[in-house]
Amino acid sequence: MQKVTKVLVSDPSLRDGNHAVSHQLSADQIAKYCRAAEKARIPIVEVGHGNGLGASSLQVGLAKTDDDVMLRTARENLVNSKLGIHIIPGFGTIKRDLERARDLGVDVVRVASHCSEADLTERHIRFCRTNGITVFGVLMMSHMISAQLLAEEAKKLENYGAEAVLLMDSAGYYLPSDVTERIGALMDNLSIPVGFHAHNNLGMAIANSVTAMECGATILDGCSRGFGAGAGNAQLEVLVAVLHRMGIETGIDLYGMLDAADMAEQELLKEIPRISSLSVVSGLAGVFSGFSKHVQRLSTEYNIDPRDVFFELGRRRIIAGQEDLIIEVAAEIAASKKEQS
Amino acid sequence: MQQYRIAILGSGNIGTDLLVKAMRSPHLTCVAFIGRGYTSPGMNKARALGITCSDQSIDYIPEHADEIDLVFDATSAKDHALHAPILKALGKQVIDLTPAKVGPMCVPAVNLDSSLGSSNLNMVTCGGQASIPVAFAIGQTHPEVDYLEVVSSIASKSAGPATRINLDEYIETTEKGLQAFSGAKRTKAILNLNPAVPCIDMQTTIFANVKNPDIEALKRVLDPIVEKIKTYVPGYKILVGPILDGDRIVVMVKVRGRGDYLPEYAGNLDIINCAAIAMAEQFAMNGGN
Repeated sequence: MQKVTKVLVSDPSLRDGNHAVSHQLSADQIAKYCRAAEKARIPIVEVGHGNGLGASSLQVGLAKTDDDVMLRTARENLVNSKLGIHIIPGFGTIKRDLERARDLGVDVVRVASHCSEADLTERHIRFCRTNGITVFGVLMMSHMISAQLLAEEAKKLENYGAEAVLLMDSAGYYLPSDVTERIGALMDNLSIPVGFHAHNNLGMAIANSVTAMECGATILDGCSRGFGAGAGNAQLEVLVAVLHRMGIETGIDLYGMLDAADMAEQELLKEIPRISSLSVVSGLAGVFSGFSKHVQRLSTEYNIDPRDVFFELGRRRIIAGQEDLIIEVAAEIAASKKEQS
Repeated sequence: MQQYRIAILGSGNIGTDLLVKAMRSPHLTCVAFIGRGYTSPGMNKARALGITCSDQSIDYIPEHADEIDLVFDATSAKDHALHAPILKALGKQVIDLTPAKVGPMCVPAVNLDSSLGSSNLNMVTCGGQASIPVAFAIGQTHPEVDYLEVVSSIASKSAGPATRINLDEYIETTEKGLQAFSGAKRTKAILNLNPAVPCIDMQTTIFANVKNPDIEALKRVLDPIVEKIKTYVPGYKILVGPILDGDRIVVMVKVRGRGDYLPEYAGNLDIINCAAIAMAEQFAMNGGN
């Protein structure tokens, strides 16, 4: 394997960060951050509801700003930085969502599925290719299947026409050795670039991102101040600084990056992402980081220990998108608690 | 009594499960099981059951038109759009299990009687069959339904290739069905495929934002509808609700299948097929016109 000297940084602060504020980012906040990201020369800025296009819902959370306004606002404020979106088939459709996004001038589409369900993305990936839009495939909750199965699913994405494949550690469960095994398996099996998207539940986000790069990954995700679901993502300004110290080229202006992160802290974040006790449990249980707000709300409502809820969700292998089952689990735990007392 | 003769087009999971159900029905006789090749597991199963099989796809039907009263189409939305005019020209009763939306939508617990006059019935989607009765009850008890959302989770193993490639049509058709039967101003459908082992049972959650929610009134209308569904889908069960969570109505439904072709977790196949069989039996009992 050739040593990586250049990394394409993709910044989903305005998408994953929406999880951290229950999808309440405003058009004004989006405009401000896009301008700062543009100034910092961040290559890709991803915008949207936390679960991507068409995902504003009672299930996951209603977005304050609709997809159209988010995309228009970002488009108006990005020139050299590319405008990216995330879409999960099952939430977003080609007709309702992707055609709109194309017409509004999206540059990069990342089509995502649960790690074992890559074949759900085929039509969406092909649509992007046919329409000349850069398209990456994304495998979410990628800790849930083996490295070999991941490589098989990733290969499907490549065959559908994806121009890169990213693994998401959506639960913040990975240790560096997991990264080595899984990114390594993709590098061995794919002929397109590979990327990694970290979460910080176990404090490993930067270390895991660096490990991915050392294994050959050339696309890395990070968010300003870590602004993202649960314990947050790889903290982007830190990641960029680390990459620069390692002599890796990102094209990003460090001062601009630091300014963008400061601005995000002041204007976007309700609280700075931190590894709360509950985030540790969520990571250990291997549960989707985006569940944390729902678990906290329902645990208060049912007067139960949120840690029990996370471990039970993990035991049932609940995946992203199944927020409704948190209600069921909470109700069950509350009922069994009543029985015991 | 003359036998009511049915043919099944599509030899995937849905078609094969339909076959097993049709064979159990005292009113129906399966005269042909039709696919595109002889090597699929469904074909093997049909042959083992002693059913006439064909790999001629839609071409089989015009050649055997006199032998068939009703055709179940369990192929894909794209294919049904091609099949529908051919079957119409032959004057065949059609029950469409794809999300092609050619004919009017049919959910037996809600509109069995008014569906009997249509020559092509669309069975909406599996999520639609599970959620529309609840959506209908919400609409009947709440004159103003602002928004209705349905989230279904099914076991990965129960979704074959056609289901997967039809995901967008599934969403679109389910949303249209929810709107038509509830009168909601806006509707949204979401589908999750969960690969967990052991496989999860099909589960569907209905959320609704309405003016002046009345849970007691909703229960009074919903209970008899659920009893009606259970007559053709014994594994249908209200899991949670109706409850008010904040300002939204929540109802969670679980469907366990009969375990005919696919195991019991595949309630998604069971419910759309049970609904289709229930309609075919009605046509048979009405003398096949």
